[in-house]
Amino acid sequence: MTARPGPVSGAAPAPAPVSALERWRARAARQGAAVLIAALALAAFALLDLMTGPSGMTPGALLQAALAGPEGSERAAATIFWQIRLPQLCMGLIVGASLGLAGLLMQTILANPLASPFTLGFSAAAGFGAALAIMGGALVPLPLPGWLLTPALAFAATLAATALVWLVARLRGTAPETLVLAGIAVMFFFQSAQSLMQFMASPEVLAQIVFWLFGSLLKANWVAVSVSGTILLACLPFLVRDLWALTSLRLGETHAAALGLDVAALRRRAFLITALLTAGAVSFTGTIGFVGLIAPHVARALVGEDHRLGLPAAAIAGALILIAASVTGKALSQGAAIPVGIVTAVAGVPMLLAVILTKKGV
Amino acid sequence: MPESLEITLPALHRGRARVLAPCHLSLAPGEVVALVGPNGAGKTTLLQAIAGLAPERARLCLGGRALDRAEIGFLPQAFAVRAGLSVLDCLLLGQREALGLRVAPRLIAEAEALLCQLGLADLADRAMHDLSGGQQQRVLIAQRLFRRPKLLALDEPTSALDLHHQLEVMALLRTQAQTTSAPVLAALHDLSLAARYADRVLVLAGGQIEADGAPEAVLTPERLAQHWRIAPEILRARDGKPVIVPHLSPALVPDR
Ligand SMILES: Nc1ncnc2c1ncn2[C@@H]1O[C@H](COP(=O)(O)OP(=O)(O)OP(=O)(O)O)[C@@H](O)[C@H]1O
Ligand SMILES: [Mg+2]
Repeated sequence: MTARPGPVSGAAPAPAPVSALERWRARAARQGAAVLIAALALAAFALLDLMTGPSGMTPGALLQAALAGPEGSERAAATIFWQIRLPQLCMGLIVGASLGLAGLLMQTILANPLASPFTLGFSAAAGFGAALAIMGGALVPLPLPGWLLTPALAFAATLAATALVWLVARLRGTAPETLVLAGIAVMFFFQSAQSLMQFMASPEVLAQIVFWLFGSLLKANWVAVSVSGTILLACLPFLVRDLWALTSLRLGETHAAALGLDVAALRRRAFLITALLTAGAVSFTGTIGFVGLIAPHVARALVGEDHRLGLPAAAIAGALILIAASVTGKALSQGAAIPVGIVTAVAGVPMLLAVILTKKGV
Repeated sequence: MPESLEITLPALHRGRARVLAPCHLSLAPGEVVALVGPNGAGKTTLLQAIAGLAPERARLCLGGRALDRAEIGFLPQAFAVRAGLSVLDCLLLGQREALGLRVAPRLIAEAEALLCQLGLADLADRAMHDLSGGQQQRVLIAQRLFRRPKLLALDEPTSALDLHHQLEVMALLRTQAQTTSAPVLAALHDLSLAARYADRVLVLAGGQIEADGAPEAVLTPERLAQHWRIAPEILRARDGKPVIVPHLSPALVPDR
């Protein structure tokens, strides 16, 4: 909008001790500091995550391996650092950030504090795709290696679920109830299809499917990191474009529409981005619950409902929760790390209860 | 020389029923028009259509140019906001299109000035969901003013306000209309308030605009009896404006 004369010509504001602009800046500084502290905490946990693992390497040896590069002479150390710990950490950061962002988007467009990236059935779809790949790979030899086929089918199934919900939204509108009901239908469909496959699977295949369903960073590798990372980066410009539109939606659909916003189009865009972020995150790691539910609440507690800082805060909070869960999982069981999906689910229940008990507004 | 705003409305339907017949409205620059009518007469339907939020589209034309719906400041009838955004945030959202990663200090200063003018400065940092209904309504009116629309379409803007703020808001709307020359179309239930502040009153009844004219001419005892089913007593205020004291018509009072 161009600079037109303000509606308040000639009205002198009452002398306030501190102007709104100064208070606005002070609030921005406070919120920026909160995000910075969260980012520092994330950095600390990331370091801790690099330093822990079943191999029990000393920090000194790790540092040497890191400095020597992927081709370092200490083969074992180089492999552990460059092929296991670092890709797992990067995957954790990307998945946590993606789920945090997707969770905030879902809670905003559905105007529901208990929505998450999985509300619309995306995780069930991914699980179905993965199960299909694992079973198919066991039955017939396929050209793709299993570690690539499984995420590819998980991704494709998530997109299929997205298409179903999208179709419903096109036909019946994008009211939150419509989207959630469509999501529930999609979730039950893919869940039962996946159960059917588990029922028919041989014990070995069943074990593989179940292992996949526990979200875990152990499956991470550089291909996974680059695919999920690219999806995350590709989604960011679209989020930046809609920052204020998303914030307007916090006022409620009626007011957002009265402010000239095309709410249905915004919901469809945000829903597509959520689907992509979620698919990128869970296809390689399996279902990791609660991160996408809790991170938006942490973000709102830190910076309020302005999405300019809310989205970065949700991304950082999501990554922080995930990496903290990864460190915890490794600390709890020295031999084989407990999958993060299990840790987040267990730790998520008290967090969710805390959210419900302290909930203010939406 | 500013031109008048021409609004052409098709027949408006809700569900299967036809709520309003097709009509044409012409709003002079800076004019304050009250939209009155009993419950269910179609005031909200009409305003929603004008705001571009109904299935049927109204055509708005200002000086030969069609208005976009983003240029209309529409305040819906149900306004409760559950957001934790501050009052200042809420006001700034009125200029949503002008906001970027950084918010221009000029906008913040202008928003503050408007809050001061409306006596809302003390609430600037309060969360919207912590305000009373009337406070929320005033903030939302301020937000629509901050948009600097070409037309203000307000659905019962004084429904939650105390007497002082009813007068204050209506007086402000008049001033705004005159300074910006954007007309105001407001649905009102308080006929005395409408008579006092509106240049023109539109009566919606029986599925059409049943009367259109100066308050004194339109708000006749016969019309009030017919559409509102009251036996009105019409007094004159000091400034000569009609004040309507409603009484239930004897026919409607149940026998003791
Ligand atoms: N979604 C709907 N489906 C069917 N009929 C509707 C719908 N919404 C409104 N109506 C009907 O349309 C008519 C006009 O409604 P509208 O809300 O425009 O009235 P109003 O003049 O604003 O009334 P009020 O003074 O109560 O706000 C009413 O008879 C109402 O029952
Ligand atoms: Mg109404």
